[in-house]
Amino acid sequence: MAAGGTMSGISGDAVVSLRDVHKSFGATEVLGGISMDVGRGDVVCIIGPSGSGKSTLLRCINALVPVDRGEIVVAGMTVTSPTLDKLALRRKVGIVFQQYNLFPHKTALQNVMMAPIHVLKRDRREVEELARQLMRKVRLSGKEACYPGELSGGQQQRVAIARSLAMKPEVMMFDEVTAALDPETVKEVLTTIRELAEDGMTCMLVTHEMGFAREIADRVYFTDRGVIVEHGPPKELFGSPRDPRTREFLEHVL
Amino acid sequence: MVAEWFRQLKESANVNLTIFYDRFDGLTYLNGLATTVKLSAACLALSVVFGIGGAWLQRSGWAPLRWLVNGYVAFFRNTPPLAQLYFFYFGVGSIMPLIPDGAGGTHRLFDNFQWAVISMSLFAGAFNVEIFRAGIEAVPKATTDAAEALGYSRFGAYIHIVLPLAFRISLPALNNNLVTMVKGTTIAYAIGVPELLTASATIWNASTNIPEMMNVLMITFLALVGILVVAMHRIERALHIPGYNR
Repeated sequence: MAAGGTMSGISGDAVVSLRDVHKSFGATEVLGGISMDVGRGDVVCIIGPSGSGKSTLLRCINALVPVDRGEIVVAGMTVTSPTLDKLALRRKVGIVFQQYNLFPHKTALQNVMMAPIHVLKRDRREVEELARQLMRKVRLSGKEACYPGELSGGQQQRVAIARSLAMKPEVMMFDEVTAALDPETVKEVLTTIRELAEDGMTCMLVTHEMGFAREIADRVYFTDRGVIVEHGPPKELFGSPRDPRTREFLEHVL
Repeated sequence: MVAEWFRQLKESANVNLTIFYDRFDGLTYLNGLATTVKLSAACLALSVVFGIGGAWLQRSGWAPLRWLVNGYVAFFRNTPPLAQLYFFYFGVGSIMPLIPDGAGGTHRLFDNFQWAVISMSLFAGAFNVEIFRAGIEAVPKATTDAAEALGYSRFGAYIHIVLPLAFRISLPALNNNLVTMVKGTTIAYAIGVPELLTASATIWNASTNIPEMMNVLMITFLALVGILVVAMHRIERALHIPGYNR
């Protein structure tokens, strides 16, 4: 399916488009019709109470979780199509998890190098150079030979970011990446994400860091019980929320 | 000189260690030792392959394959290993094709040593399947999710991420099973494989030095298993991940 005519409403320059996405786990509806467009270079934050389907949404976008109904298009690929090439999709979309999920038996540098070598079959020397560059980018020069268990949470999370970047994705998704970190190390991870966003990377963040969302996002989506309650530029959403549910949530967390 | 000393020992203390001064008994015992080592090494390698392969197939999306593995594990875990050996050697062995030996005679497709390897590897392998399964299940779903998100196929993730981690987790249980297996090679005595127990029995029947050979046999196994345990601990140490499981 080509972008355009038949796909009414999906704008041409959107890197990620969702149309009426539904997902239930058993009898529990987690996503109740989500639609959104993320343009190239956009930074989008998704906020909302726990259990409102935010993480599931990200997992649907890179096909870790299949959707029940609706359409997702990422970088011209229809994720919801049965003929989806998952490998091709995952080259385009990186995801960083709350619990870092590094491979504990490999050093930081090896963690970054593994997927490009094993999955993309790229030349080892070339990949190593890229990996060292990425380690510098996330400010972890000198930690290349450390195993994940020897690094702090914040350091591990930055290795996880570098690992995703090594696949040269078009979109980076961050799933509550600071939720498991000490307050002191949250900053270093947020700095890394901020620099990525400034470099023009398309970013989708599920976050509880309202201050950060307000500062970095082009658009903020507030979700509750599987639907987008409202969205808009951070100034509007945080400054003058229209929906009472948004107001109530923001009163609790701010 | 050594031989002379042991001959003296027999005269003075009535401790008759024929293997040290009688050439025939000595060779019989050495051959037994070599056979046990070969048998153990073959079973060790094969049973680990069966274990890893079985644990992989057990996670297959195709139900009949899972049933097959479960059936295999149930059969070999729930029946006596000696009966299994008889089952293969006398049962399955007797229906194997006869192969001309080029000198006018024939022999069966597998000899008793080979049947011992097959039977005992399958037996130990069944336990290894369960050991590796437990190791694989102990690898967090989050870790495989991360692999999948990086574009790894199920097989790629198994080879590069799941297996290396599961293997480390499985090592202590695997050590136990392999120790049991090496000691278990003595049941090959029942089908006449000339391993250590068979060799010892041959010697003590001929030289009527049962107590001496019993001790020699026990000490030999103590040393053999000791070597295995040291080697496995070396592997455990070499595979230790700094900072893991703190």
